Amino acid sequence: MKATTKDVSMTIPHLVQRFTKETHDTFTLELVPPAGNTEFSFNAGQFNMLYLYGVGEVPISISGDPDDGSKIVHTVRAYGAVTSRMMALTKEDWIGIRGPFGNHWPIEKFTGYDILLAAGGIGVAPLRPVLYYILSQREKYGRVTLLYGERTPVDLIYRSQIEKWRGRFDLEIFVTVDSARERWRGDVGVVTTLIPKARIDPANTLALLCGPEMMMYYTIKELSKEGVSDDRMYISMERNMKCGCGFCGHCQVGPKFVCRDGPVFLFKEFKHLFWKREM
Amino acid sequence: MKKTEKILAEHPFFEGLASNLLKTIASCATNVSYTAGQVIYHEGDMADQFLLILDGKVAIEIFSAERGSLIIKTVGSGEVLGWSWLFPPYLRRFDARALKKTSAIALDGKVLREKAEADHRLGYELLKRFSNVVVDRLKATSLQLLDIYGKHA
Repeated sequence: MKATTKDVSMTIPHLVQRFTKETHDTFTLELVPPAGNTEFSFNAGQFNMLYLYGVGEVPISISGDPDDGSKIVHTVRAYGAVTSRMMALTKEDWIGIRGPFGNHWPIEKFTGYDILLAAGGIGVAPLRPVLYYILSQREKYGRVTLLYGERTPVDLIYRSQIEKWRGRFDLEIFVTVDSARERWRGDVGVVTTLIPKARIDPANTLALLCGPEMMMYYTIKELSKEGVSDDRMYISMERNMKCGCGFCGHCQVGPKFVCRDGPVFLFKEFKHLFWKREM
Repeated sequence: MKKTEKILAEHPFFEGLASNLLKTIASCATNVSYTAGQVIYHEGDMADQFLLILDGKVAIEIFSAERGSLIIKTVGSGEVLGWSWLFPPYLRRFDARALKKTSAIALDGKVLREKAEADHRLGYELLKRFSNVVVDRLKATSLQLLDIYGKHA
């Protein structure tokens, strides 16, 4: 996987090719560049700045297949003014894109290891490209497990894809929700309750965590109890990214700029900054 | 009896328990199974036993007239169901329903309470283990209340 070297400071209009409503507040956009533009390439874990004309710009992780350069895929949860307005987008609307920004999950270095992906809420979106990547060269990795926690069953995204992936013999997927109505047949409990089910071999496991900081904080604690060391855990941080290049300082955490130095960090190197009241 | 003791010894809940105590506990054990959808107990029922789940999945539910049954937790293989037998008034605090075919060892709480009164080593071991379950559930409930995947997490 190679990142592009194009000028990421320029906003380029893209056409909405497909709008998929995932849940009541989450949607997936498939975007295509204007005619004549080159294919888009990115690494799993990177993000784009999405600009809605006259409304504002937001950082959104790329959630598509890194091997498919024909379209740019973003899954968005409508949390703020910009993302809520994006929910009204329809096919053939325009949206501006700058990017890709940030570093990536260094999965190309993880060959031979068991991979544990732990996602909370919309955090499953930035991890989906990791799964695409691994599945495209499945023989290079050991056991691959996805733990996915959500608030309720109606908040689960990528349902049909997850159901399909669950049918594979070379992928383990565990899903849990915080609460559910009686028709739900799956697990109920926070995502950390899934960790014992994953039967981790701490000596050979690399964990990739993505979700709200609080979710990652408790997941790290549980993984540590299982024996996974700090240099075997990667986290994806989310901050108020604005410029995307480490100039404006909005996403600064201590000496790090999440947009430029992250969003992916080896936990061992970020531990002194993580979950600090001052940060 | 020997077979039951072996099953108890292999269950994570009784990991490391002394064999004489396992023997005492095994004398209060019976095998039970539930079909998918079967109600195991309702809130307010007498809490006279607890279950060591061997296989399957059980939903712990709260019922409200307006919202119906809400699943707040599921427990499965290697976990334990029910602690109300330990604390007065020995009444169930939630509903429990098997989500799929479930097999378990049921332990007679009333008899165990008497045995624990007579042998405080047994009582201490049981309370230590149940305290862990209660602490874990309390922690999980706190996280659920914090809405860790929500907008303001």
